Amino acid sequence: MANLTRFNLRDKGAEIWAGWSRPVRTVFVLAFIVLIGLMPFAASWGPTSFLNTPITSFQNVLVYPVGMFIMMALGLNIVVGKSGLLDLGYVAFFAIGAYSQGILSTLYGWNTWEVMPFGIGFAMLAGVILGLPALRLRGDYLAIITLGFGEIVRIVAINLSVTGGPNGIPGIPNPPSVFGLHFDLMHPETFFWLVFAMILLVIWMVRRFTIRRPGRAWEAIRQDEDVAALMGVNTLVYKLWSFVIGAAVGGAAGVLYASKVMVISPDMFKFDVSILILACVVFGGIGNIWGVVLGAGILAYMPERIRFISDARQLVFGLVLIIMMNMRPDGLLPRKKREKITEKGAK
Amino acid sequence: MNFSVITSQFWSLVLQGLALGLIYALVSLGYTMVYGVLRLINFANSEVFMIGTFATLYLEVHVLGYATNSPSLHGAKLVWTLVLVFIGSMIACALLAMLVEIVAYRRLRARGANRLASLISAIGVSIALLEGMRIITISRPMTTPRLLDKWSFGEFHGANFRIDTLMAIVVPIIIFVVLDRFVTKSRLGKSIRAVSMSEENSKLMGININRVITLTFCIGGLTTGAAAFIYTTVYENTVFNVGFNMGIAAFTAAVLGGIGNLRGAFYGGIALGMLEQFASAMLGSQWKAVTVFTVLVVVLLFKPNGLFGEAVQQTRT
Repeated sequence: MANLTRFNLRDKGAEIWAGWSRPVRTVFVLAFIVLIGLMPFAASWGPTSFLNTPITSFQNVLVYPVGMFIMMALGLNIVVGKSGLLDLGYVAFFAIGAYSQGILSTLYGWNTWEVMPFGIGFAMLAGVILGLPALRLRGDYLAIITLGFGEIVRIVAINLSVTGGPNGIPGIPNPPSVFGLHFDLMHPETFFWLVFAMILLVIWMVRRFTIRRPGRAWEAIRQDEDVAALMGVNTLVYKLWSFVIGAAVGGAAGVLYASKVMVISPDMFKFDVSILILACVVFGGIGNIWGVVLGAGILAYMPERIRFISDARQLVFGLVLIIMMNMRPDGLLPRKKREKITEKGAK
Repeated sequence: MNFSVITSQFWSLVLQGLALGLIYALVSLGYTMVYGVLRLINFANSEVFMIGTFATLYLEVHVLGYATNSPSLHGAKLVWTLVLVFIGSMIACALLAMLVEIVAYRRLRARGANRLASLISAIGVSIALLEGMRIITISRPMTTPRLLDKWSFGEFHGANFRIDTLMAIVVPIIIFVVLDRFVTKSRLGKSIRAVSMSEENSKLMGININRVITLTFCIGGLTTGAAAFIYTTVYENTVFNVGFNMGIAAFTAAVLGGIGNLRGAFYGGIALGMLEQFASAMLGSQWKAVTVFTVLVVVLLFKPNGLFGEAVQQTRT
């Protein structure tokens, strides 16, 4: 038991990784990407068919919730994990992205690729509007403000006519085909590849940020905001950046989600989703990309897999959270105890 | 925007706002007391409230055997029945709150885990309780028997002084006065304040930290249970997710008044209750939550620690 709780897979993995030469790493990464790319076919291939989910088809589950949750958890990880700001209303940015796609595509006939930059832009704008007043506050006050913001976005969506009120927006078109890949009901695997590509993009972006100036500023703010401010870090600006970048990822996920499910309603953007994404981040290992990916993957996939106990699956989910947090408080793959800032990114 | 309701229904809105706000204030104690000692949001408190409403229902229907259509009670029998159910609900909630502390917080605290880990385990407890009750009640809303006949004392400028409204105002005020005396004067109360100032120093002064934390959860549970009883008696129904909105409102009230502060919870609750009543009357009830949160943001911008919060220097630990 003691061994199990102290064993740190992340450090072990980093050790092995450090021992590899550059070509070996490239081959490994490419093989890994191909392997994940083949995931949608895992359910129909004998040895891995136990992965199959009873109600929703496995390929759809891989897109939503699994892929989407991994993406949003990575976005929230920038806010909660990197700069230590507790955001309980992350679903708001997801909703803003989804409604951008819903409104712009049904009213103005824009396709997903055209809406994407606007969806991300609106989410970032919302991040600035919320962040400027809220980020001046400390700790748990930020939590309640963001929680309130998440509720406000949902309530506004229920009460406006342009968002379709409580019924939401039906008939949102799928993304148009690119490179001969069709995005529609018959091809959930292409959606998965699209989400996977975006997840890779987000991971790359987060890794770049982490070793460069913003990452160091976030780390300083997370450890001690007062000291960071004294050392000349403009805390408000960097907190706002982490908030807005997190919002952008949420917005992008929202645009994709709306064009996948084709109909959105305010019910999909409840407080529970914010909590679930936060649970994904903390469960997997807050601040560590691979931990977050693993945590989000498990927490999004598990309720779908155990749908046969349909009524009790959320109950089991709650119990798993309690037991796991008590066994591994730092998550499945915790970050290094002393996060080292590499000299590579220093200017 | 409808301003005329303010003048025509002013006293009615004040009375309703006061009654609602004091229920919020009682529940927000479950957040604010725990926050004061642990610096953690007690996320499971909304579900403690939910269990309290069902405990009230269970006591009335299954233990005392009243059906939903039973005639109302009168005289001494009414008083002792209500007191019994009241105490029962408080005890059920206090036990549950202490259990939450043991399950969600104690082990993590002993290991010095980060704050978010406790937050998630508390959320886990909350989900488990909510879903457990949803499965037991099959998602059905339930009506409680009307034990207290809702007779009115009279009217004052359109405000109807009903017995249950008065109860919802008087009982919380008594609880707050008693609790305030307890926390400022008694030895245990002083130890709670000591721990909230500095855990390390309290330990050095010979205070049993674990006992104080359990006591804090117990007090939070007692007041939440009282609120659950009052809520159920006034609104006469409950459902498995009744705690969600109550929890958010109570947490907002705690922040509005200054979290970690007993009197802040009292005034924050009243302010929130009034705000909700006036906002629903003027803008329509669908914009209630939006107004509340906008006001909360504005208040926090000018008073970053809430209306009655301690000075910033003290909260930075």
